[in-house]
Amino acid sequence: MSWEPVVGLEIHVQLKTRTKMFCRCTNGFGGGENTQTCPVCLGFPGALPVPNRIALEWTVKLGLALGCEIAKRAVFARKHYPYPDLPKGYQISQYDLPSCINGKVLVPTADGDHEVEIVRAHLEEDAAKNTHVGGGTGRIGGASTTLVDFNRGGTPLVEIVTGPDIHSAEDARRFLQLLRQTVVELGISDAEMEKGQLRVDANVSVRPAGSSELRTRCELKNMNSFRFVAQGIDAEVARQIALYESGGEVVQETYDFDAASGKLTARRSKEEADDYRYFPEPDLVPVEPPAELVDRLRGELPESPAARIRRLEAELDLDRAVVLVTGGLDALWQATVAAGADRLAAANVIANRLAGVDGGAVDPVELAKLVDARDRIPRAALDEALGKVAEPGFSAAPYLEQEAVSDSAELEPIVARILDANPDQVAAYRGGKEGLLGFFVGQVMKETGGKANARAASELVREKLQAS
Amino acid sequence: MNIDTLRLTAEEALGLLERKEVSAAELHRAYLDAIAERDPELHCYLRTVDEAVGDGVPIALKDVISTEGVETTAGSKILAGYVPVFDATVAARCKAAGLPVIGKTNTDEFAMGSSTENSAYGPSRNPWDPTRVPGGSGGGTAAAVSAGLAPWGLGSDTGGSIKQPSSLCGNVGLRPTYGTVSRFGVVAFASSLDQVGPVAKNVRDCARLYSIIAGRDPADSTTVDVPEVELPEGESLKGLRIGVPKELNDAEGIEPGVSAAVQKAIELARELGADVGECELPRSVEYGLPCYYLIAPAEASSNLARYDGVRYGLRVDGGSYDEMVERTRDAGFGDEPKRRIMLGAYALSAGYYEAYYGQAQKVRTVIVREHAAAFERFDVLVSPTSPTVAFELGAKTADPLAMYLSDLLTIPSCMAGLPGLNIPCGLSEGLPVGLQLIGPQLSENTLFRTGHALETALGFDPVPERLR
Repeated sequence: MSWEPVVGLEIHVQLKTRTKMFCRCTNGFGGGENTQTCPVCLGFPGALPVPNRIALEWTVKLGLALGCEIAKRAVFARKHYPYPDLPKGYQISQYDLPSCINGKVLVPTADGDHEVEIVRAHLEEDAAKNTHVGGGTGRIGGASTTLVDFNRGGTPLVEIVTGPDIHSAEDARRFLQLLRQTVVELGISDAEMEKGQLRVDANVSVRPAGSSELRTRCELKNMNSFRFVAQGIDAEVARQIALYESGGEVVQETYDFDAASGKLTARRSKEEADDYRYFPEPDLVPVEPPAELVDRLRGELPESPAARIRRLEAELDLDRAVVLVTGGLDALWQATVAAGADRLAAANVIANRLAGVDGGAVDPVELAKLVDARDRIPRAALDEALGKVAEPGFSAAPYLEQEAVSDSAELEPIVARILDANPDQVAAYRGGKEGLLGFFVGQVMKETGGKANARAASELVREKLQAS
Repeated sequence: MNIDTLRLTAEEALGLLERKEVSAAELHRAYLDAIAERDPELHCYLRTVDEAVGDGVPIALKDVISTEGVETTAGSKILAGYVPVFDATVAARCKAAGLPVIGKTNTDEFAMGSSTENSAYGPSRNPWDPTRVPGGSGGGTAAAVSAGLAPWGLGSDTGGSIKQPSSLCGNVGLRPTYGTVSRFGVVAFASSLDQVGPVAKNVRDCARLYSIIAGRDPADSTTVDVPEVELPEGESLKGLRIGVPKELNDAEGIEPGVSAAVQKAIELARELGADVGECELPRSVEYGLPCYYLIAPAEASSNLARYDGVRYGLRVDGGSYDEMVERTRDAGFGDEPKRRIMLGAYALSAGYYEAYYGQAQKVRTVIVREHAAAFERFDVLVSPTSPTVAFELGAKTADPLAMYLSDLLTIPSCMAGLPGLNIPCGLSEGLPVGLQLIGPQLSENTLFRTGHALETALGFDPVPERLR
């Protein structure tokens, strides 16, 4: 039997508002433990929450970007559970009346748009950070001491819940990339997973392909990169299929995915289901965003990453479009092309060489010159130039003056020397390991101090290896 | 000069200060002397403040009101030694008005009770008869004002904790419209019902103090703008429409002496020109008390979740986090908070929420509507405040239900968020009887005008006979 994975995601996005969700303490890294705290976020007697207006606006903004309906009336509730990271004994969170519902995100794929339902997006406050000391498990059970840092406590979080519309680890990754880029472009979060600004839990089940049933699901937590999310989903899907195929049943459980070992570890099952004793937070009034505000925010939305991918796909291919857009570099690409660079060459240079660079800091005219000269100037010069291209006042001119060595007469003795010095690799190449070409070219680059023209060197090496 | 704190009203005290016949320090000292003389018997105060900070009329604050630098326990062992680092908004407003705090007054633990016998620090006693209770939960403030241990004070009212003790001690107490006085910094009992209000010797003092504490507070999202407070002057009730709700005046358990005094006051109102008519609040009275005992404990169970021994107050160590919390709460909470936490957690638990908390909130809407309908025909509704005069210490401690019935007549309007004023209207068995005046939302000025006219005509002597 063939099986279809069914995955729904819960994504927490930490908003980068200046202050916390319900008090005016600074929101952000930097302070020593428990320095960004006040009676409100420490849950002192009588302290009351006052909602952060910007966080409310940004939630609406995000909801609109995810195609959601914006609730005319959203209500914060209290969610109770006893834990030292929760100073009030409850977390304030929207519950049955969230700010955003019924959205959808279209994920461009080679087979057309893949629709992912956004069930809801709601606003809540984050818990504090516990450090369990002693006991060796890193958990509260058995720890001799638990240290609590309340700096993170009360920071604003938006939780986004998707429908069970994702059917592969790769789909999950694509969706998350798009969501992350959306959030970043709205300017509401830096969404860096390693800093916990974006957290992903996955609900995973499998079903016989072609069926529409929803079987028992398991929840995966603690995956701190998109790659680990994909790996975790693959591992869980494999585990469930193996269980069913050996006549077993899946039991609802929560797992931590350990990326290093690729292993899933079940958390201790709770004897009883959680009872959070939700009820509407009486210290707050309902959130009723005025229609004019919602309209204004809708008008301010930038073009969505998905729409830009579709637009770029017409000029490039899907994969390059995705890389450029989800890397936030598509505007730079367009400007570079407009400055005269070749489309494909510009896309390759930007996608392969400028990942993580702030595209807005790059002068497209200078970049276009580099793209144009990429095969002509020495590799080392190109590397150096691309490394500095985002610096203020960068000029391509000094690099363009350098000529790469492409004269065979000059390169030939170098190539010959390298082949002589590496007889094993030469034999291996001739035995079919053609991937070693790059090794030889690399050696040429090293010998010439990066001045060789890569294409000329490559052709020459291939020629020599095939010759004898 | 000799200051007779038993008789001195706040307005008179203000006159003395303005004419510089007495200094604020001397005034403060006079009350401390009276406290030294009479408080050992009455136990109104949990602690006093020796130095007069401010140049105005001193004030007593119920110990649920956070005071920076002055221990605030809410009558509970779990907050023993807790010294707030911030002032409640009402305390800050009193300070801004120059009112020195004389001390923190006794209260039932977390304001849960009708006699102050639930205080972890021992009961207060009624100045009219020290074998009897002063009412509760704000019995400390009421008894202090009555015994000349404070010219005025602040209480907090959830289901009658200002009005009922004022009735039992023979002074004037206002439970303001929900949302007119900030709850920020007031140790929470039931957030959707808690309201701070003034207690004084007469209606003008009560109105003056209300004008100091009322008004929108950015730190409490549930506060509203408040109409300007008018100090009442006239003695006529011409044109005022007074409704007498049958169920509040004929309820089982109302003592004949209480009924008689209230009847006399109603007759007097008629003589002063009021149009008096009968009305009905059948569902408010039948369901008010049971619904209150679902909503208030539910919110209390949530509000008291923060007392876990982690950050402030009592901590009893244990072998694990859970054990530490359990031991702390077991040792720190008295029987009544424990009873209400259990009731409330049950009412909020999964599967019961709709039947209990949810249903009670719906009934609350019915109570609001029923009162609103009555106020289409009447400006003010009247009834006894308490069904009985002050009862003996210990009379109801073994029977929580009998104690809960003390608030039968005050609870319905509290559930509707309406203001209620108690004024003394006579004696029964030598003990004060209180008249409850209820108005629509934000009708405090009407209540003050009515109360002032009646109090002037009644000529009640608020000084306990045994102290004259």
